[in-house]
Amino acid sequence: MQKERIVGTPVLRKEGIAKVRGAARYIDDFSFPGMIFGATVRSAIPRGRILSIEFGDGIPWNEFVIVGAKDIPGENTIALINRDWPCLADEFVNHTEEPILLLAHRDRHLLTKAVAAVQIEYEALPSIHSIEESERCDAVIWGEDNVFKKFQIDKGDVDQTWAEADFIVEGEYTTGAQEHLYIENNGVIAAFTLEEGLTVWGSMQCPFYVHKSLVAVSGLAEDKVRIVQVETGGAFGGKEDYPSMIGAHAALLAMKAQRPVKIVYDRMEDMVATTKRHPSRTRIRTAVTKDGKLLGADIEFALDGGAYSTLSPTVLSRGTIHAAGPYFWPNIRVRSKAFATNCPPHGAFRGFGAPQSQFAMERHMDRVAHALGMQPEELRRRNFLRQGLTTATDQEIREAVDLDHLLTRALELSDYQAKRERFERENPAAKQKKGIGFAAFLHGAGFTGSGERYLNSVAAVDATADGRLRVLVSSTEFGQGTNTVLCQIAAEAWGIDYDAVEMAPPDTSIVPNTGPTVASRTTMIVGKLVHSAAIGLKQTLQAGGLLGEEWTTEEFCAAAKAHVARYGALRSDSRYEAPPGIYWDDEKYRGEAYPAFAWAVYVAEVTLDMISYGVTVDNFVAVQEVGRVLNPVLATGQVEGGIAQGIGYALYEKVQWKRGRMMNGQMTNYIIPTSEDIPPIRVYFEELPFAHGAYGAKGVGELPMDGAAPAIVNAVSFAAGTDFNAIPLMPEDICARLVLKTDSVEAVAV
Amino acid sequence: MSRGSYSLRINGERRTVEAYPMERLLDVLRESLGLTGTKEGCGEGECGACSVLINGELVNSCLVPIAQADGADVVTIEGIAKGEELHPAQKAFLTCGGAQCGMCTPGMIVATVHLLNKYPHPTAEQIREGLNGNLCRCTGYMRIFEAVEKAAARGLGQ
Amino acid sequence: MRSDPAGYELITPGSLEGALDLLRREPGNWLPVAGGTEIMVQYSAGRLDARRLLNIWDIPELKQITESGEALRIGGGCTFGQLREHPAVQNHFPLLAVAAAWTGSIANQNRATIAGNIVNASPAADSPPVLLAYEAELELVSTAGTRRVPYCDFHLGYKKTVLKPSELLLAIHLPKRFAEWFRYAQKTGTRKAQAISKVCIAGVGKLRLNRVEAVHVGIGAVAPMPLRLRRTEEVLVGAALTEETIAEAQLALVGEIAPIEDIRSSVEYRRQVAVNLLGDFLRSFAASEPGA
Repeated sequence: MQKERIVGTPVLRKEGIAKVRGAARYIDDFSFPGMIFGATVRSAIPRGRILSIEFGDGIPWNEFVIVGAKDIPGENTIALINRDWPCLADEFVNHTEEPILLLAHRDRHLLTKAVAAVQIEYEALPSIHSIEESERCDAVIWGEDNVFKKFQIDKGDVDQTWAEADFIVEGEYTTGAQEHLYIENNGVIAAFTLEEGLTVWGSMQCPFYVHKSLVAVSGLAEDKVRIVQVETGGAFGGKEDYPSMIGAHAALLAMKAQRPVKIVYDRMEDMVATTKRHPSRTRIRTAVTKDGKLLGADIEFALDGGAYSTLSPTVLSRGTIHAAGPYFWPNIRVRSKAFATNCPPHGAFRGFGAPQSQFAMERHMDRVAHALGMQPEELRRRNFLRQGLTTATDQEIREAVDLDHLLTRALELSDYQAKRERFERENPAAKQKKGIGFAAFLHGAGFTGSGERYLNSVAAVDATADGRLRVLVSSTEFGQGTNTVLCQIAAEAWGIDYDAVEMAPPDTSIVPNTGPTVASRTTMIVGKLVHSAAIGLKQTLQAGGLLGEEWTTEEFCAAAKAHVARYGALRSDSRYEAPPGIYWDDEKYRGEAYPAFAWAVYVAEVTLDMISYGVTVDNFVAVQEVGRVLNPVLATGQVEGGIAQGIGYALYEKVQWKRGRMMNGQMTNYIIPTSEDIPPIRVYFEELPFAHGAYGAKGVGELPMDGAAPAIVNAVSFAAGTDFNAIPLMPEDICARLVLKTDSVEAVAV
Repeated sequence: MSRGSYSLRINGERRTVEAYPMERLLDVLRESLGLTGTKEGCGEGECGACSVLINGELVNSCLVPIAQADGADVVTIEGIAKGEELHPAQKAFLTCGGAQCGMCTPGMIVATVHLLNKYPHPTAEQIREGLNGNLCRCTGYMRIFEAVEKAAARGLGQ
Repeated sequence: MRSDPAGYELITPGSLEGALDLLRREPGNWLPVAGGTEIMVQYSAGRLDARRLLNIWDIPELKQITESGEALRIGGGCTFGQLREHPAVQNHFPLLAVAAAWTGSIANQNRATIAGNIVNASPAADSPPVLLAYEAELELVSTAGTRRVPYCDFHLGYKKTVLKPSELLLAIHLPKRFAEWFRYAQKTGTRKAQAISKVCIAGVGKLRLNRVEAVHVGIGAVAPMPLRLRRTEEVLVGAALTEETIAEAQLALVGEIAPIEDIRSSVEYRRQVAVNLLGDFLRSFAASEPGA
């Protein structure tokens, strides 16, 4: 029974007033005394050996601070999972835009000229630029076979199913790279003194990731490195790993210059040089009965990881586990690989592998339905996961999720049946064809398997000497609502006003390591830790006699203040404890992959213009079950924003590659939806409270990214009367398929 | 190439700056005048994060050389609120969740004010068009549309 | 920001006379800049070759719009924002108001000028097809006086025009002849707003007794410069708009255009969409005659 006053209500964004006033300060808004600027000299070729570096005429080089690989005091690596990502290229480069040299100067404009004046000669080596080229080992650029990581999931015996199948359906599905395009580019400021050590301020998601990387690069002791996140203008995963790189660069310059150094990328540098979503290729072969019962699937899932492994192992992991979709497979085999190619390493992007593999599965399911002569929704109904059934990793679904009901609701809200019938009837004669399609999907919240145990996160709450109550976490705000939700949770646990709780600065010298702000884990897992810590602090006050049976906000704060006055401090920490009965086998990739899943069905209605072959999304309905919704405005905003990114992923955002270099690194040529391109989006939540999430919450941030694109492409395939299996799906692709059989150069009169 | 002296009214206050004529208005605002509310998102006039009003008209300040703003009346995000009192558009952005990461927000609010000054009761189509030069990557625009409608309903536009 | 402001001169003569005098004395040395929506983008990207710029933003003679019985005279310095709101443009040249609304965003429309759009000579610019369809005439000015050039003769090739280094585009003249004509304009871009054209087309026409009495079609983004589709028009004039005629016109169109592959689109797509747009124009044109 809901008795909460704050959790579940649309309280105002904690830092909202500063944001709407333009008073929120992002890293480029800061200037420190004596600060100079840094810039990066980058590789012009995709693979090769550096033969020479010359410093051209016309630049006063003696005024510059110059840092190369040889100047790195610690390890020349940005440590993530593996240690193969160089901070600065030494002898070899493996992608265009790979950082080689760092320059710093007080004159920003002279700096730009200096970067252009560095002349590097290379000996080019053969480079590879696709999953296929990497698979074939046209060149071996990483390890022995270009494979960063591979997984295999086996359940039952899929090889036995082909014989019993009435239908065997095969398909290949591909997705392209996607650029995060946060409105604020990457930026940091680093400062170093021998006494205080190294401090780096910046736009980032994970201060302790940056801390770990900078300890390795600088060679300094852990307590001599301090990382502070400042207001961050969007991230979406693009600031999970990359800030360690740009942070290391600024740190190296600051250590050599003995002055603060600011590095802020402009849009083009950020687009071409930093991480993007992994392109993917999925091959699915399914055995199904004529009644639409899925017997088995053999799935091959491949990712293009770029030149260094960075986060590819974990993106691959999540994509692999989600490849099965929200369905019960009695038999399934998923074999996955992440391949190396010579382009800037790909990285985390909202969804983290799941949008890729679920695009494939949801397109495939529509095609299976078509092969059976069955309605796509009927095929889903006959195969949905539900309580008591097991996933591909043999995880038993313990909650009473009702995907059938979510599907029914989504189809009703979108008027799916009536529209489909009408479109089917009217399309043959229409100048503008209409389509409607849906996708059913899931998203596991939190880190995979034993990940959370490994993270061993700690959250804390405290009171200051003047009685201010704070939440201390390394979880960061970058628009998704961390500050707001965590303060709501603490305020609720304490029974005081939301306005009386504030966030401690995300400074590694102040806050404990709550783990990275990723994986849709913040509300669910960190929130739970904040809740426990808050209860602990309250109990301390009660045990000390400073708090009675009931209290007002003022009384609570006064009690906290009194405690601090008496004892010197008031703080309560809470460490992660895994829920009981979690079993995960990292070798066989079996067991409880995630503590909880969120579930959804999305419906997209589209128009395909037969003159321009352009697709517009006219209407979108999003129904999801995400556990308890702690702030309806924030949660709705997350879903809408994720859908907008999904619309871009499906229809607009194409990275134009030329030998591993992004050629359209400007907002003019990399197209995201404007206010005129987004349909009305209707968002509906269902809530099955999750016992181990804060106030019953699960994760919601990444879920929307998994379903928008397949729903849209299912709709477009319907409208066009032909299957499209690759995104981004551009008007040029639709034109080529519908009108110009590939080898024809004659335009056909229409 | 020497610096010139340019005199502008910024948020109602007369200011004089010494600058090269081709310095972008965006950089003069942020660096010479310390008004960092206006943001740079792209430097190509596509994202609108640098939106300001010049003589009441919405423009991208990254594309305006300071020499062309000499004598102009400029309004930035810092000039939208009246001291402590937020503009109705700002209040609506707060209650409707129109700001997530906040980076597009200054430009978006300036564009909203411009829109509402022109169309105090805009249609849905006019709202979409009025904001078509302000890209947001976080919200999907829906909360922003709601905020504009709410601000309009409160009856403002001044 | 990849350029150093200290390396650029921008002078403001403040008058047409002053600007023209400088262009006479030092032709080719000074790049005129009005709204800057093209030049400032290049500058920010570090791709602006010119180092000396001539500020013509606030010159009053460039911003006038005057109307006579026969024509509308639009000052080159008028912005697209001004054009789309101007009653005379809306009434007599509605396709120009449409093209103005296509150009960039609201903020860019408040700065981008029609002369800038024309003189910059991008093959994908939005207003040229409309100006071609309306048979605009350009008034070029220098210290030697003014001269008129039909807009269809202005472009010589890719980014090459007849504008002399000593000249400015003073005004665009639009003849008020099209009140009763059928009109059509469509743009195919990368998205609904702030999009560079992949193809854009504008057409005006008159039918008489079910035959084409006159037709003007302008097209952009499918050739090194904006095109007036003369050969296509020849097929149409005097003909009835049957499916055969339309197919013939589309064939002529394909022969006249030369679409390229670039960062935004492909040859085949541009060609096919141009064909589709022409077909759509002609069928709507055919349906426009009462009783058609």
